[in-house]
Amino acid sequence: MIHPIPPGTRDVLPDEMRELRRLHLAMIEVFESRGYGEVATPAIEYDEVMARGDGRTAASAYRFFDERGDLLALRSDMTVPIARLVASRYAAVEPPIRLCYLANAFRAVRPQRGQMREFAQAGVELIGAPAPEGTAEVIEVLEATLDAAGLNRTVIGLGDSDLFRQLLSELGIEGEARDSVLGRLAAHDLVGLEAELSELNGIGEEQVATCVALSQLRGGKEVLDEARSLGGAAVERATARIGETFEALEARGVADRVQIDLGLLRDLGYYSGAILEVYDPAIGHVLGGGGRYDGLLKRFGLDLPAAGFALYLERVHVAQMEEARGVEGL
Amino acid sequence: MSVEVAGLGHAKAEGPLKLAVPRGALLEETLDALDAIGVDTSEVRGESRSLIFETEGITLVTMRPSDVPTYVEAGAADVGITGKDVLLEQADRVVYELLDLGFGRCRMVLAARKGDESLGESQRRLGMMRIATKYPRTAERHFESTGRQVEVIEVKGSVELAPLIGLADGIVDLVATGRTLEENDLEVREEILECTARFVANRVAHKLRAREVDELTAKLREATAR
Repeated sequence: MIHPIPPGTRDVLPDEMRELRRLHLAMIEVFESRGYGEVATPAIEYDEVMARGDGRTAASAYRFFDERGDLLALRSDMTVPIARLVASRYAAVEPPIRLCYLANAFRAVRPQRGQMREFAQAGVELIGAPAPEGTAEVIEVLEATLDAAGLNRTVIGLGDSDLFRQLLSELGIEGEARDSVLGRLAAHDLVGLEAELSELNGIGEEQVATCVALSQLRGGKEVLDEARSLGGAAVERATARIGETFEALEARGVADRVQIDLGLLRDLGYYSGAILEVYDPAIGHVLGGGGRYDGLLKRFGLDLPAAGFALYLERVHVAQMEEARGVEGL
Repeated sequence: MSVEVAGLGHAKAEGPLKLAVPRGALLEETLDALDAIGVDTSEVRGESRSLIFETEGITLVTMRPSDVPTYVEAGAADVGITGKDVLLEQADRVVYELLDLGFGRCRMVLAARKGDESLGESQRRLGMMRIATKYPRTAERHFESTGRQVEVIEVKGSVELAPLIGLADGIVDLVATGRTLEENDLEVREEILECTARFVANRVAHKLRAREVDELTAKLREATAR
């Protein structure tokens, strides 16, 4: 008899589990060795908690009532539950607070390889350490984690989530129009972006070209100069922030695999300042991401800067296999 | 100080870029555009039944236009060319849309039988129209955004047949010249949107092979600009 399970979920059998377990252990060892203590939180939270983190996007796709009529939600990531945990249990602790996790979260997606409705994330949260040093520490841990997973060809994209928000405000684009333009940028729909910006009042051809060109700037430190030449106070501030973080990385000797990317935009609403994405040339999906969310803890009543990253465990596993395959194939 | 450090240093290119080339209506103009940027397309144009063509500097992979987003999203192809109609219908596929190539221009329209009132009558008396289409999601979005209720019937083949023998009150389809509509006694009732061919990229390839992708984009932009 075959008894189905919901699409986007899966059983893990011993061969895969053994490999996943090795990966778990290697990652947690890196986190612990750098002073990040592992925590666990419940898979279900009050919906109000998830929505407080980010009402627009991180709110759970799976919500239900319990026997008392309270609205519960399956967590859609670990950053929001950990913000709740820190505000509730670490309020009196001298920062910085270093925590890590390896946990399952739930999102509504079109199920495919490495993209499931229930997925495992491994990551760290560094709370109470401001930019640029806090960001640089998180990136350093991320690199050590990728090394421990044997993925030495990965590249980390470093961008700034405030760049376009501030640039658009500077151009007088606010409210719905701004959200719509940011949506185009996040989806990287350059054709739609150009068309939409051109239709807005008071936006000249040159400003449209600036926005499009900025979103395509990615590479080494030189792109910061290219960005500055495109001008504007928002660009100046964002490039200064990225530049500081990059210098902090250079000082730690871990800037080599970081690619500066001004077009980077993550669709989680709680980010501010630096944002990260992780790529491996062997697979077409992003392995994980992160960044700063200096305003998130404040929403839970504890005003501390914070940064972190999360790797999708199954995707890291896929990348390990593909990288090994590539080596065999040579 | 090493300048080439950041980013690209570690992303070793694994052979030439793979470009998903759409077979069918867009093929001819796609190959013309590729010729214009110096890609040798003679083998693709030939009688060969191969699907993959290695050329100097770029690998061409031919496929149905509707498969292009699938291959590009997964990274099996780094970049691709397909119609905007396909991208809209598969809006949940994450691909970066980098360039409007301008060719393959056609319109997505709502069409019905000439002089036939069944669209309006169904709407008035039954509260919803029946629409046959190969683009169910695009059709649903259009009617939803214009506040009308419809029953969308997905068909795979000649959609013009549906209103002729009473499967649907109208159709949502792509028209280039309008000849097929004309021959089947159908007429355009509403324009939904205009579609052209687009150049798309996998999001990881866009980051890790930035220089190659940017170069190709710039060349295609120049070749297709009018």
